[in-house]
Amino acid sequence: MIKAILIFNNHGKPRLSKFYEHYNEDTEQQIIRETFHLVSKRDENVCNFLEGGMLIGGSDYKLIYRHYATLYFVFCVDSSESELGILDLIQVFVETLDKCFENVCELDLIFHVDKVHNILAEMVMGGMVLETNMNEIITQVDAQNKMEKAEAGIAGAPARAVSAVKNMNLPEMPRNINIGDISIKVPNLPSFK
Amino acid sequence: MALKIVKGSIDRMFDKNLQDLVRGIRNHKDDEAKYISTCIDEIKQELKQDNIAVKANAVCKLTYLQMLGYDVSWAAFNIVEVMSSSKFTYKRIGYLAASQCFHESTDVIMLTTNQIRKDLSSPNQYDTGVALTGLSCFVTPDLARDLANDIMTLMSHTKPYIRKKAVLIMYKVFLKYPESLRPAFPRLKEKLEDPDPGVQSAAVNVICELARRNPKNYLSLAPLFFKLMTSSTNNWVLIKIIKLFGALTPLEPRLGKKLIEPLTNLIHSTSAMSLLYECVNTVIAVLISLSSGMPNHSASIQLCVQKLRILIEDSDQNLKYLGLLAMSKILKTHPKSVQSHKDLILQCLDDKDESIRLRALDLLYGMVSKKNLMEIVKKLMLHVDKAEGTTYRDELLTKIIDICSQSNYQYITNFEWYISILVELTRLEGTRHGHLIASQMLDVAIRVKAIRAFAVAQMATLLDNAHLLTGNTQRNGICEVLYAAAWICGEFSEHLENPVQTLEAMLRPKVATLPGHIQAVYVQNTAKLFATILKSQEGNSDSTTSEETTQLLIDRLPVFVQSANLEVQERASCILQLVKYIQKLQQKDVEVAEEVSALFAGELNPVAPKAQKKVPVPEGLDLDAWINEPPSESESEDEQPKAIFTKEEPKHARPRHTEVDEKELAKRREARKQEQANNPFYIKASPSSQKVYQDASGVEHIPVVQIDLSVPLKVPGLPMSDQYVKLEEERRQKERAEKKKKEKKKRKEKRSGRGKKHDSGPESEEDITPAHMVDIVTEEMPENALPSDEDDKDPNDPHKALDIDLDKPLADSEKLPVRAHRAAEALKSPVEDAEADNAGPQESRKKSGKEKKKDKDRDRKKSKEEKKKRKHKHEGKEEDLLGGDANEPVAQSEEPSEAAEPPASATAEVSDLDFWLSNAPVSSRTQEATTVAAAAAAAPTTPTAPSITAPVSEPDEPQDAEMEETKSSKHKKKKQKKEKEEKKKKKKHHHHHHRHSDGGVEESVQNGTVEEDEPLPPMSNYCLLAENAYIKMVCDIQGNLQDGSQVVVSVIFENKCSSFLKSMEFNVLDSLNSKLQRPEGSGPHDGLTVPFQLPPGVSNEARFVFTVQSIVMPQKLKGTLTFIVKNEDSSTHEKLDFKLHFTCTSYLITTPCYSDAFAKLLESGDLKSSSIRLEGINMPFHHLLARICFHHHFSVVERIDSCASMYSRSIQGHHVCLLVKTSGQTVSIDAKCDEPTLLGNVLDEIKQTFSLC
Repeated sequence: MIKAILIFNNHGKPRLSKFYEHYNEDTEQQIIRETFHLVSKRDENVCNFLEGGMLIGGSDYKLIYRHYATLYFVFCVDSSESELGILDLIQVFVETLDKCFENVCELDLIFHVDKVHNILAEMVMGGMVLETNMNEIITQVDAQNKMEKAEAGIAGAPARAVSAVKNMNLPEMPRNINIGDISIKVPNLPSFK
Repeated sequence: MALKIVKGSIDRMFDKNLQDLVRGIRNHKDDEAKYISTCIDEIKQELKQDNIAVKANAVCKLTYLQMLGYDVSWAAFNIVEVMSSSKFTYKRIGYLAASQCFHESTDVIMLTTNQIRKDLSSPNQYDTGVALTGLSCFVTPDLARDLANDIMTLMSHTKPYIRKKAVLIMYKVFLKYPESLRPAFPRLKEKLEDPDPGVQSAAVNVICELARRNPKNYLSLAPLFFKLMTSSTNNWVLIKIIKLFGALTPLEPRLGKKLIEPLTNLIHSTSAMSLLYECVNTVIAVLISLSSGMPNHSASIQLCVQKLRILIEDSDQNLKYLGLLAMSKILKTHPKSVQSHKDLILQCLDDKDESIRLRALDLLYGMVSKKNLMEIVKKLMLHVDKAEGTTYRDELLTKIIDICSQSNYQYITNFEWYISILVELTRLEGTRHGHLIASQMLDVAIRVKAIRAFAVAQMATLLDNAHLLTGNTQRNGICEVLYAAAWICGEFSEHLENPVQTLEAMLRPKVATLPGHIQAVYVQNTAKLFATILKSQEGNSDSTTSEETTQLLIDRLPVFVQSANLEVQERASCILQLVKYIQKLQQKDVEVAEEVSALFAGELNPVAPKAQKKVPVPEGLDLDAWINEPPSESESEDEQPKAIFTKEEPKHARPRHTEVDEKELAKRREARKQEQANNPFYIKASPSSQKVYQDASGVEHIPVVQIDLSVPLKVPGLPMSDQYVKLEEERRQKERAEKKKKEKKKRKEKRSGRGKKHDSGPESEEDITPAHMVDIVTEEMPENALPSDEDDKDPNDPHKALDIDLDKPLADSEKLPVRAHRAAEALKSPVEDAEADNAGPQESRKKSGKEKKKDKDRDRKKSKEEKKKRKHKHEGKEEDLLGGDANEPVAQSEEPSEAAEPPASATAEVSDLDFWLSNAPVSSRTQEATTVAAAAAAAPTTPTAPSITAPVSEPDEPQDAEMEETKSSKHKKKKQKKEKEEKKKKKKHHHHHHRHSDGGVEESVQNGTVEEDEPLPPMSNYCLLAENAYIKMVCDIQGNLQDGSQVVVSVIFENKCSSFLKSMEFNVLDSLNSKLQRPEGSGPHDGLTVPFQLPPGVSNEARFVFTVQSIVMPQKLKGTLTFIVKNEDSSTHEKLDFKLHFTCTSYLITTPCYSDAFAKLLESGDLKSSSIRLEGINMPFHHLLARICFHHHFSVVERIDSCASMYSRSIQGHHVCLLVKTSGQTVSIDAKCDEPTLLGNVLDEIKQTFSLC
């Protein structure tokens, strides 16, 4: 079982938090802080596993994380999950995000948490792995987005226009923090078919 | 501008959306909190509007704010509103918000039941999907109970997308509503063979999760999982299954034997490291389970350890970590094998990665021996000094103590060394483990008599330097050691060299700043010291010392009398008065020492931690019975009077913590739990508060404040443990030298003669004599303690409720609650219903009368359907039992007994498993021998195993009597009966399409509200061999994987008559090509004795092995079964002829094939092709494939829409490849095989299979 999935950046700012067990908001923030503290002080070339913190976990739980450019992806899992399997799953997750956002960067996650949640919901449900096939995940996400567009229809057009105008005022969004140019060594990427 | 025109019409688009909010927060870095609070005000305004789009937008923003740590539970009702929007866009926003912030105590959840139910049955699969996803995060026991049935229906939805989600969420439902497990399990099991890999994976996931907690209940699924393991190509599924097998093998070593081969194959074939690692892990588990009883398996363990060493030496840190992790599993059972890699483990201790260091630490535990303990601990002490983080340092500390104290201090040869290690550990500032060190000190001092003098001296020094330990804080965890020091000095004060000085140290004013429970110990032990001093001075004519001591006490004790801590105060004032009285007596020159020492006389023995629990309850004593009338409710408040004081002085919250060490504490806690459990007024901890409960005890939670000291603390005058290492070395060398010279010399004079030499025989390297007479006092146990060693399982574990026997047939009462009219439900559970009504009056009122009527109709229809089904079942039975009506009464009388005797059929299942396991090593021996052997092997574990305990003795008894007297046969009958019924149903399915095929057990939960995918009909390869009035034979023919020329025929013999059948002989006329394997020494025409007898109504299975030469052609063999029918008064000899049909299919063996290998095979050009066409097939494509897979032993290589490639292999290694395409009702099969004749025959057989249905 997966107990929690956290994404935060190099400064510990949460970008997504999904707890599959209830904690109150304060504890959640504490967990995020503690996890960040644990993960961020580790070197780049050490292993991707660490025994969980005090707040989340206990002896049966492990933190499995990957660090991509500015973001940490952390899964807190118990012993029923395969460690290397979860590492692969994180990779699949990130690749899926990359496909859905076209060169994903931290800003995508900042402004579209809801979409990230929707993608994650197609992969992990209630703490259990639902789907590991990236194409299947993308198909389902796309189909739902299409439905959403169809519902918005013409009525949604002005809102979209406004949103576009609002975005025009933004200084050019830096899109250089994508994962594409950072090669991640995954020993067993073809494992999910 | 166009924009302006639009602006007028739609205002709301200038509401902030999520992106605006995020942008705003980023632009207000300095006053973020203020900005967000204005945003929340805006959101509150938006939520008040009627427009659902505005509300959804607001909820979306709230979800984001929740992530930032803002409590948004106040908007729960609005979230429910958004969830119930008809638009998918908003619905999704609503469910997402709900999944992020709803939990069990959110009260609006009970309003959602109907909405969720509606969404679950929505025609749009994504509505359903979103509802399922949301529900998985916030399902409550109520929701689980109310929706279990709806979700179960969804498990057979047409869309795999819904199916997989429904299957997965069932796990959550089981957790919250354990009663649903048994009714839902059959369908869950069926989903293991779902044609969609996603659904299959979900089912595997759920069952693995369930089985992990209660593996023994799932042992009977092993054959199914085994099949999946050999056929699945999804790595995720394989990993799960392999992990599951890892959990199952310890329960069933025979399973391990069966697993080794496929696991090894996987290890060789897979490219995925994750899968490889799990395989290795499970192989280890298998080897451990196999070798636990046999020493000769250690070679293979050695091999595993070697392989793991390679992992650990890998440069990839992840593999290193996992290697160490796996190594620790071996360590538990085979410490010797791991010990040889000590160098590697110690090397890992120096790794820069903390995770790896921690894993290596774990391993060290098993590495120590008498020889290397000191060396290892020395190394660890170095690490303690270097460690920067407190977490790792504390971990090191506990490990050192664990390592040293393991198995009753087995490896410690010199306790002086250990005490000095403990004293050195007290130098750690800010550790949480002060109490751990303290309890070790106490334990050693009490249990090792020889060390007391040394320990007391050390403790006296510690007390003298107490200021160094406490620093300026009283919350420092390390000051716990003073507790131990004071107690040891007091209790064993006769060993003190200078008791007056110690007494003085214990009465310093600074002591008053220590935590209360420590002060209390101080006070009590000053009295003990005082007694010792008096006694030592008694013979002395000069009484100044004793008078001075008395005066000292009288001067210093008042500080404690004023203590705010009740315990300290009470003890101090008692002792003060006592001392004052003694002073008076002293002034009169009365000898008091004797009386004062008598206060503390008596030896204190250590008590085993479980001693209290093990006290047997005397006969006739009911601990649960009330002694008096139960107290009124108001009295329960007075239960813990001490709480008043605890509140007043939270700092010294331990008034009862007087002379207890950690074990004692644990014992008390246990006792209190017991007491609470028996106390009807005590509100027990709910699962959600469980975590708090576990951690709340002990001192470790006193927040740690660091002492601000730049120089590491060195307690002056304390010995350094290092010197012991040297001394020990010297001592050992000396010993060796002594040995050589064979001189009897007194060893180690300088150790002041305290070390007594152990008189040991010839000394090996391991057998090092301890420096002290290790007189470990064993812990006391009460007389006639109960030997039972129960597991201390956490009673709050939610999985405990799921420990349910799944093999037991479903009782009628076990149904999932179906949505029914309120009134009907009220009959079942008035309380719950009342609650539900109170909680959601709105929803019930909303429900229009029309709907209610509909509900009623549906219910009525359902019950009618059920009746119909039941009727059909009966009819079916009668039809099938033509000529064999003797079975009828048996069958009927069974039904009630099924419910009454739960374990019975479980046993039957186990013996089923035994059977599956028994044919694991299909050897060249005759099969019947194997069967008998297996049955024999099963006999001790399952006392009701079939053939052996079958009642042979009283075949002539009337049935009723027999049923009562010979239960075992009944169990078996039941099992067989079940099998038989299932088979009948299978057959029925072909004829009566209106009948549901899910098996009788599930009929109760079908309500057919949602369009259902017709589930795969159950299939069986057993076909009728022959039948007459007495007996029926069905058989299944399978190729033998191990031997290319063998075919195994499993025949089920079923006794149809009311007489006893015995002396069955099975004989087949051999042909040139095929021969029945007979035991050595028998002639070519002798029959084989069937290794069992059949009481009436019973069936049993026997296996026969045939050798075949050519497998390209089907063939038929004539055979005869002869048997004796024994009645009450007569016995007749009967025979039954049959024809065994060896189809070409039976030579095929399901073999998984990867698509790349398959493509290569097709390209190779060695294969001849052929094709057939099937017309008028109207079954779903996946059913078609499943049929081919099942009946013809193929496996699907790849499936794309309506086209699939399949593969199988014959026992002699012919490859058979199929390409199956469907369009409309036509199915075309193109096939390739390297043996055209075989292929032609196989295709003909496939054709025949489908022409039958």
